[in-house]
Amino acid sequence: MNSVFRSDSVALPHHPATLNDASIQPWQPKNGTPDKDSLVKALSRIFIVISGAIIASAVQAGPREELLDRYAREAKASEAAFSAFSSRSGEALHIARHATGKPDTPSCTACHGDDPRRPGQTKTGKSIDPMAVSVSQSRYTDAAKVEKWFRRNCTEVLGRACTPREKGDWLTYMISQ
Amino acid sequence: MNISIRPVATALFVIFFSSALLERAQAGSGNYYPPVADKLTQDECGSCHMAYPAALLPGSSWRKIMSGLEQHFGDDASLDPASTSHITRYLVDNAADAAGTRHTRKMMRGVDTTNAPMRITELPKWISEHREISPREWRRKDVASKANCTACHIDASKGYFEDD
Repeated sequence: MNSVFRSDSVALPHHPATLNDASIQPWQPKNGTPDKDSLVKALSRIFIVISGAIIASAVQAGPREELLDRYAREAKASEAAFSAFSSRSGEALHIARHATGKPDTPSCTACHGDDPRRPGQTKTGKSIDPMAVSVSQSRYTDAAKVEKWFRRNCTEVLGRACTPREKGDWLTYMISQ
Repeated sequence: MNISIRPVATALFVIFFSSALLERAQAGSGNYYPPVADKLTQDECGSCHMAYPAALLPGSSWRKIMSGLEQHFGDDASLDPASTSHITRYLVDNAADAAGTRHTRKMMRGVDTTNAPMRITELPKWISEHREISPREWRRKDVASKANCTACHIDASKGYFEDD
């Protein structure tokens, strides 16, 4: 069995042999019949490489984590006491009725609804997809879009821009939901 | 050459007649306004309300609206400059008074383009088409606002604004 798998029995595309090496006849062993085993072997190598790449990319930070990192850096720069984001603070921010913004949008929930896993509704009657990542899985993967909506909605609801800590807390809450 | 004129004339007549009929059908007996075909315009305008067909307002209205997105009917709808100019161009190019949008010229009846309306609901045509809707119907929870065309016009997102 092992002898069949010896790498010198066939020249694979990655084999270090030079191109004019007559032994390079991929997938065709010297006796001329198709070598199934070498094909299987090559395919399994490709499979290992691809699955390895997939695992590596999954381990890498996704766009949401990168965004949280950015907010964490900003929070640390603006307040020395900052240590980590809190999902609970994010929830409090989300449901609190702030008196500093526009009267018809006193809280985030005025449009997004009380349950982040359920759809909300704009003042013009249009449905808003749920904010919870568990339901809307593509949310918060486009940093520019997230920033655009924080810019608009913090002004609407709070009457000012949100701090990096508030953004991070809120995002942490929605990721946890 | 011995081609008799009658079948040719008949064929031409049939083609002409049916294409006129088809056009009318596509126009949804006058209530068809092509939906927004530009992705950025659809995404940005359509995130808070239906992305209204460009042919529902004249170009001067769209210019006015797009130059004041920070105060968009009381909301901050501001965009980056590149997106703003892209969307403005699309809306103006396909506006009610743009070239080649003859289906929707009727929307322009009685509209003063030198003092462009900011709201579709201010157009004389819109007002006359909705004169029979009672205040009670406007207050329905699923209607929420006159901006919510799709609450009653179920095919509005496809461009059809029939009496539903």
